[in-house]
Amino acid sequence: MLKIINVTKTYAGAPLLRGISLTINDGEIMCLLGSSGGGKTTLLRIIAGLEPADAGEIFFDDQNMRDAPIHQRGFGLMFQDLALFPHKNVFENVAFGLRMQSASRAEIRARVNEMLELVGLAGFAARDVNNLSGGEQQRVALARSLAPRPRLLMLDEPLGALDRILREQLVADLRAILKRIGTLRAALYVTHDQDEAFAIADRIAIIHAGRIAQIGAAAELYRAPASAFVARFLGMTNLFPARVCADGRVETELGTFVTASEAKQSPSELEIASAQSFDSASLRSGSHLAMTSALIRPDRVRVGASGVPARVEECTFRAGRYRARVVTDRGARLTIEIDRALAIDARVGLEIESVELLPA
Amino acid sequence: MKTHRPALLLPLAFLAAFYVYPLAAILQTSFSGDTRGLAELCADAYYARVLAFTVFQAALSTLLTLVVALPAAYIFARYDFRGARVLRALTTLPFLMPTIVVATAFSALFGPRGSVNLALMQFLQLDQPPIQILNTLWVILLAHTFYNFTIVLRIVGGFWANLDPQVENAARVLGANRARTFLHVTLPLIAPAIVAAALLVFIFDFTSFGVVLILGGPRLATLEVEIYRQTVNLFNLPIAAALSLAQLVCTFALMYVYTRLQARLAQPLRLRPQAIVKRKPQRAREKIFVWGYLTAMLVFLMTPLVSVIAASFEDGSGYYAELFINRRGSIMFVPPMEAVRNSLFFAAITIVLAVGLGLLAAYALVSQSRAARILDPVFMLPLGTSAVTLGFGFILALGNLRASIWLVPIAHALIAFPFVVRSLLPMLRSIQPQLRQAAQILGASPARVWREIDLPIVARAVIVGAVFAFTVSMGEFGATALVARPELPTIPLAIYRFLGQPGLVNFGQALALSTILMVVSAAAIVAMERLRVGESEF
Repeated sequence: MLKIINVTKTYAGAPLLRGISLTINDGEIMCLLGSSGGGKTTLLRIIAGLEPADAGEIFFDDQNMRDAPIHQRGFGLMFQDLALFPHKNVFENVAFGLRMQSASRAEIRARVNEMLELVGLAGFAARDVNNLSGGEQQRVALARSLAPRPRLLMLDEPLGALDRILREQLVADLRAILKRIGTLRAALYVTHDQDEAFAIADRIAIIHAGRIAQIGAAAELYRAPASAFVARFLGMTNLFPARVCADGRVETELGTFVTASEAKQSPSELEIASAQSFDSASLRSGSHLAMTSALIRPDRVRVGASGVPARVEECTFRAGRYRARVVTDRGARLTIEIDRALAIDARVGLEIESVELLPA
Repeated sequence: MKTHRPALLLPLAFLAAFYVYPLAAILQTSFSGDTRGLAELCADAYYARVLAFTVFQAALSTLLTLVVALPAAYIFARYDFRGARVLRALTTLPFLMPTIVVATAFSALFGPRGSVNLALMQFLQLDQPPIQILNTLWVILLAHTFYNFTIVLRIVGGFWANLDPQVENAARVLGANRARTFLHVTLPLIAPAIVAAALLVFIFDFTSFGVVLILGGPRLATLEVEIYRQTVNLFNLPIAAALSLAQLVCTFALMYVYTRLQARLAQPLRLRPQAIVKRKPQRAREKIFVWGYLTAMLVFLMTPLVSVIAASFEDGSGYYAELFINRRGSIMFVPPMEAVRNSLFFAAITIVLAVGLGLLAAYALVSQSRAARILDPVFMLPLGTSAVTLGFGFILALGNLRASIWLVPIAHALIAFPFVVRSLLPMLRSIQPQLRQAAQILGASPARVWREIDLPIVARAVIVGAVFAFTVSMGEFGATALVARPELPTIPLAIYRFLGQPGLVNFGQALALSTILMVVSAAAIVAMERLRVGESEF
């Protein structure tokens, strides 16, 4: 179990990490997801011991790593630019860590071959690493970092340099490989690509402005984003500024909403004719803030004659359903998912079934 | 980043003493006293003719090289054929051969008893050798083309190979025929590469020494040859100094233009990986063109070298046996084999000097600090100075050291130094911090990191640098001809003396020594290519 406690780091006067705390359990693949330059790589380097943290502690199995030399931590790191040794061939690259452990020749040979087979490079042992394709180099780097049986494997955007198709294929392979290695206790994977993160991780930590914005399994993040930033980072676009009034009403560009229970008591208060309501359950922590964000899921909007008057701007077929972009008469744009096509410029009424409030 | 300041001092001191000081001496002699040298130079029309001939033969040679090598550049850029890599490697062989070997080769081919003439005489039943181009402009042009073919092939071909053929296809679709597509689209796009290649070839032809001295005969002289003759034959130092100054101004100006051009060439167009661009010759016409041209190229580039080897064995191993004998009245004071020993000795000292200083300089340049950026071009300065000018500067400035056997290896080290630095730099740069970190994370202690990562790469770099220095030292002719002691000739000097003597046995010994030099150089080149890590910076 890797435990990161309140790690901070300042770079050239600017705070890069503002107190990161994170626990990775045994058998878990954790993904650090965040935009480029957000300090993800720096966090990996701090865990590996390549850079000191300004403050904070790193524990592995309750053993403080502060004074452990880099080469004795038993961690693996797959570098973003791979850092294969250009003067060594594939076999020698993969064997390096084992040689450092003073393993016997026979043992090294067996382990290297096992690793090369694992990453699908059996028979590549004698090849020159400089003459391999990008995907092959990636696999050598993975085999090299796994060969010495690290307790923790960190991967820094390991697929960054590859093209999309190759990446999607490798990411599935990678998860299978990481899950199959018995000696690997935990893996920490850094990426800025949410699809990659969703495909590989058990849990995802979204890093924003030097802090962890949210942490959880992919489905959890998707079901309940903790903030407007997280929602936007996950690709949700129907976010609108919202104001929570003292009486519990919520004002947005799309109209005023009340909780379901209130709606029954005083329907006259609804600016929108049909019952626009949301469960008070979905009024989460943000409800006490004056300013929040309202999130509307594309599949929670129905099109009818009544409701918020809007015009269809665009409508395309997407994976079995139609996805339309509509603009309300008051100028708010949102994306909705529906079962039938809408004509462009058609006038529709939007019946919004539910709204979630998030901290802005 | 740390700058390794102390490391810079030694190479800088070396350059100051053995490069700047000799050049200053040339400058001083040109202008000192009654400036007799410069005045005479301007007054006498003969020197104007020498300069004119230097420019003329260089321009003509460059043009011929372009005409011959551009189709080859096209073939290597656009066609994918078996043996392309081997063939391309073979084309570099002439360029890397010592000039003296090239000169011997062309003497062997086109001399009155040369293989071409003998074959023609037999075939056409002639009494006289039909081709008499030795001591004419023609053989100089031919030798220069032979020598510099690969420069055009490499620079233009390399650029052309990465050019996106979609652009040409677009022109075709828009209604341009093949000729107009080439003229209006392809040619403007590859023009910078052609100009750069042409300029480099021109520089080499302009400063050509051995080829003109030996093949051009007594009536033809370039600036370089004239400096040598004024110094060695006439001992007219003021004139030689004035000529050297002219030579210096010309070469620096040319080098300056070339470096500017190369910087512009470095910003690429939309370049494509070569694999997408290349295709196999398919139609009969294409096949005839590609294979016909490549065969002709191979014959042109290999015949001179092969004929040297063949001719050297004409008398069985007799010419080689002769190398070990010191004949009475011989032009050599010692058995010719002594020249081989001298060359090896000088090469060993050159290696120590050039690699030692080169390593220090390269380590300092790796940091890419501001000092490094300023010093980088400074270390390259010897490249822009012709060998004979350097040798002449040595005579002027270090005259009292003239008798010293150290002058030869010092001159060689100075010439090899920029090459050594350029070949070391990319290798040292390939040791990125990530490599050390990767090793550490894989469990290597700091000491182990140095042994596993730094040492093997540095060791390789040292070997590559050493082979480079060795090749330069073994083949160097221009500077050596001026500074070597008569009783301590190197292989090229011994060959030169043999070529200047009448008689088959003398010529045979020149052939035998040339063959030895050729084989040694070729072996060194192959070794270097195998050991190199990372991209070359040329």
